[in-house]
Amino acid sequence: MVTNTAPGLDLESSFEQALQGFGLSPGAAHLLWLPLPMVLVLVAAVVGVLVNVWLERKISAAVQQRIGPEYAGALGVLQPIADGLKLVFKEDIIPAKADGLLFTLGPVLVLIPVILSWLVVPFGQHLLISNVGIGIFLWISLSSIQPIGLLMSGYASNNKYSLLGGLRAAAQSISYEIPLALAVLAVVMMSNSLSTVDIVNQQSGSGILSWNIWRQPVGFVIFWICALAECERLPFDLPEAEEELVAGYQTEYSGMKFALFYLGSYINLVLSALLVSVLYLGGWGFPIPVEWLAGWLGQPIDAPLVQLITGSVGIVMTVLKAYLLVFLAILLRWTTPRVRIDQLLDLGWKFLLPIALVNLLITAALKLAFPGAFGG
Amino acid sequence: MTIASTTQLICFVVLSVTLVLGALGVVLLPNIVYSAFLLGGVFLSVAGLYLMLNASFVAAAQVLVYVGAVNVLILFAIMLVNKKENLAAIPGLGLRRLLSGAVCGGLFLLLIRVAFTTPWPLPGPAAVGEEATIRIGEHLFSDYLLPFELASVLLLMSMIGAIVLARRDVLSTDVITGELVDQGLIEKERTPLLLEKSPR
Repeated sequence: MVTNTAPGLDLESSFEQALQGFGLSPGAAHLLWLPLPMVLVLVAAVVGVLVNVWLERKISAAVQQRIGPEYAGALGVLQPIADGLKLVFKEDIIPAKADGLLFTLGPVLVLIPVILSWLVVPFGQHLLISNVGIGIFLWISLSSIQPIGLLMSGYASNNKYSLLGGLRAAAQSISYEIPLALAVLAVVMMSNSLSTVDIVNQQSGSGILSWNIWRQPVGFVIFWICALAECERLPFDLPEAEEELVAGYQTEYSGMKFALFYLGSYINLVLSALLVSVLYLGGWGFPIPVEWLAGWLGQPIDAPLVQLITGSVGIVMTVLKAYLLVFLAILLRWTTPRVRIDQLLDLGWKFLLPIALVNLLITAALKLAFPGAFGG
Repeated sequence: MTIASTTQLICFVVLSVTLVLGALGVVLLPNIVYSAFLLGGVFLSVAGLYLMLNASFVAAAQVLVYVGAVNVLILFAIMLVNKKENLAAIPGLGLRRLLSGAVCGGLFLLLIRVAFTTPWPLPGPAAVGEEATIRIGEHLFSDYLLPFELASVLLLMSMIGAIVLARRDVLSTDVITGELVDQGLIEKERTPLLLEKSPR
């Protein structure tokens, strides 16, 4: 199913050929290549979080007609780093009556699946860590591990607010995973593949017009609502509703353990935004196909310079789309009120789930009726 | 030995050790919450073993269903009813442990014997790799269609049963005793909103 015939930068083979030119064996060259994309993506994820925190502070300030962080760097761009440093130097407290082992393991279990899911986020035809065949399904299954970490930290804190927060997080995550998976399933059905690269390639036919958002508008809205609920963003931040639960499962945490939760939630937000852009907004595709642009300029698409520009445009487009969605999420967070827990569960089970099922059925019917337009 | 096969061997050993130790912990630990969390670890290492057999779809489904749904529900149930109280000592606990240990040991020996006497075809059938998703779909819609549909009917039945048990207030008769019920009155009887004051 995985097609590697489309043109695009293939850094892996060029890197390995260069190393083999120095007289290394192919195995050793591959071994040297392996950690590079992982480290790169980890750095990208952390930098993404820093940008995200800065955006959150600035946009929330603008929404509330404040100035926001100003003194740390120009326009306060260094504020997130200051935040991070503060958390690093804080005392790491384990409450006396808490369960030390589970208390430490909880935040780790929350963060690891989120970071692992970056495995399948493509920034270009070959610009992803691994084009695994199960692609998007890997993300869905990994994100289902997270509630265990939340339950673990909620239970281990030995605090009723923490436990309630953990239980709410698990209930919320289970309820919204189903409509989320159904929305993804409709997209997968149209692209005949679970691989994220194939999903993007299927949308790259005629630029902005072939993006999935036009064919799956309902699915897009369902996915976005469910992604916000999975990230525990307002209006769905019930697990840490501060008026009711102090801070939910994070109540007893401080220092680096709290930072892991913080990092996890923001990495998850960026990841969700990236996946929305991959599934519905054409991934790395430019609104006008780069092949057409290259054709109009009379350049061959396989030329090294054109490929370099195409690759860079791809990365910029992916990040741009993702941060547009992050901007939307931040605006939503600072302008909408929180839903109640029964409203949340009603919305998930009684509204989104039936709508997602109907959406799936209609997509299947349309795929049979118009195989040309709906990826037959 | 190449790098790939060494990595595979290390992964296999690590996964197997986690699996066996975790499973023993699930059974032997006195704290039920630890057992439940370890069960999640056991499911994850089973998924890892599937991954090593090139069955990535099955591995992901294992994580989604067993870790993400079954284990979370088990934890949920434990945490909602978790009263930190010591269980009353059961008479003859030592004898019971001995008996269950003997049964498990016998079963283990039997399985070992089966594993060593069965002629396993080595190497096994060629891995289908990424094609597995398509192959599973074809099987689900052809020769496994009936078991698949039966499983879904079973799940539907258990779901309806759970709803009936949980929502007795919408039924006019009690499910178990068959008597006419006015749930509002009964609930008031069990948990009086206003405690009766002592007679003056």
